[in-house]
Amino acid sequence: MARTENKNYRRAAVGGPAGGSGRALSGEAPRGSGRGWSGSARGRRRMAQIILYALLILGALIALVPMLWMLSASLMPTGEASTYPPHLLPSRVTFAHYGELFTRLNLGRYLVNSTFIAVTVTAISLVVNSMAGYAFAKLRFRGRDRTFRLLSLGLVLPVQIAMLPLFLLMKNLHLINTYWGVIIPGMASIFGIFLIRQYALSIPDDMLDAARIDGASELRIYWEVVVPGILPILATLAIWTFLSTWNDFMWPLIVLSDQAHYTLPVALANLSGEHVQDTELMMAGSVLTVIPVLAVFLFLQRYYIQGVMAGAVKG
Amino acid sequence: MKTQAPADVGKAAWLFLLPALALIFVFFFLPVLASLVLSVTDFDIYAIANPSTTRFVGLSNYTKLLHTPEFWQALRNTFYFALVGGPLTIAVSLATALLLNAKLVRFKSFFRTIYFTPFVTTLVAVAIVWRYLYHTKYGLLNYALGHIGIGPIDWLGDPHWAMPAIILLAVWKQFGYNMLIFIAGLQAIPQDLYDAAEIDGAGPFRRFFNVTLPLLGPTLLFVGVITMIGYFQLFSEPYVMTQGGPLRATTSVVLMMYEEGFRWWRMGYAASIAFVLFVVILIATLIQFRLQKEHV
Repeated sequence: MARTENKNYRRAAVGGPAGGSGRALSGEAPRGSGRGWSGSARGRRRMAQIILYALLILGALIALVPMLWMLSASLMPTGEASTYPPHLLPSRVTFAHYGELFTRLNLGRYLVNSTFIAVTVTAISLVVNSMAGYAFAKLRFRGRDRTFRLLSLGLVLPVQIAMLPLFLLMKNLHLINTYWGVIIPGMASIFGIFLIRQYALSIPDDMLDAARIDGASELRIYWEVVVPGILPILATLAIWTFLSTWNDFMWPLIVLSDQAHYTLPVALANLSGEHVQDTELMMAGSVLTVIPVLAVFLFLQRYYIQGVMAGAVKG
Repeated sequence: MKTQAPADVGKAAWLFLLPALALIFVFFFLPVLASLVLSVTDFDIYAIANPSTTRFVGLSNYTKLLHTPEFWQALRNTFYFALVGGPLTIAVSLATALLLNAKLVRFKSFFRTIYFTPFVTTLVAVAIVWRYLYHTKYGLLNYALGHIGIGPIDWLGDPHWAMPAIILLAVWKQFGYNMLIFIAGLQAIPQDLYDAAEIDGAGPFRRFFNVTLPLLGPTLLFVGVITMIGYFQLFSEPYVMTQGGPLRATTSVVLMMYEEGFRWWRMGYAASIAFVLFVVILIATLIQFRLQKEHV
């Protein structure tokens, strides 16, 4: 959508008064000329541009400063982050705190735990949600609309309501303090099914029917026709699931009480209580927790941002 | 052009749905229903060891809740967070979306990525970072404010400032997501409408209020509902930054539920807290839909 509009705009600007919507730039130019720098349309435009960029850069600074300071403080010698006036950059760069995270605080273990849980949830949920989303979008069966409406009710239920009984259920299944206690509730998501369904609606029925005429089984159609057709939205869903599983805090906090199974956020929250004074150490831990999700986001942001822009990805 | 009997497709469909529906039913819908049952029992730490000690207590958890000042305070705190933080987040998101949608601006995707970055970061990690930024003596924020003549604020230690501090963090963390939705909404508004308004002599402000805002209605509703539902579930920020303090000024409804349920194991009582939260969210969502209808 953005692309077509840009094109229209460019056409309008070039075409000038000829087009109906051609006033935007060229139409204004003569009016203001000759009234000095600030009065000219070009000058006004320049002023507006400077103000816009100043605001944008200010916003970018606000967005980035907390993360840049986190990185900087994690490299400071012990105690330097708690000085007045505050230091923005380390007087001497040290990686000692990162070393300490792995040797003394066992963060390597939590890194492995978080990675295992997030990757497993992502892989399984892609299969589970895409099969269901495809069925809702493209297969006709009795009770489809009713089931779908029932499912959509779940979107307004806050997940916290389920947590108390879910804990008791997990306890009965002996899944407390296991990775599966975190993984299983994340394997299917109503939101993921909605996302896939919305996209799968655009698969042409002819393609599916042609495969059926060729005698392909429904499973083969799903695997060889549907999955390749919905790859972009699968990428979006994969990134979304990975990020939200990695960042998730409340449920892992409840279900994992034994340190050996902690995810990074749970371990970090726990450590931050004991090590309040060790600012630099805690910053190194925060960097370590944030880096993987930032990397995934920055490398794959094209898919992720498109998914969000489609108005679909939920926080 | 159906070559197979519809029954076959139907059977295949249910097989495709089975894993997802079974998981969602067993691990989400069933617990939600069980939560309603739990909330009318006195399920506690003894019941965890031996469920047969549980008794039906009717609505007494709810009446007890309504007579507990701490609960009302948690509810007030949560409303404070949602009703101040929510609109503030939406205003900041809309403002940045308008900035990034301006014709005069280049490097749009560069700025967009920067603004979106806080949203993808791990909340627990950035809450810890912000705890240090808020430090009364050594924190960057007070240092910066000192330059414009604002004395040191005890952000997380003063009951009046703790919730605003949490709101600031939430706005910083969340605005990028709403911003993207708004940009998508803005791009869907036809340029002709702006051109027509300009020909009629409408300035930028009138164009915003007469063209942009009305046409952004559905987007605004979506963003409003999503933001509010999320904000009513406030938990991690106070858990990490203030543990609900000082003087319970940042104890949210979910934090109270967590403490009652998973620290003191009064699970029946905690379930009643969870259900009140659900009702609050439901009412707030319905109000937003109603408001939206009145304006269209």
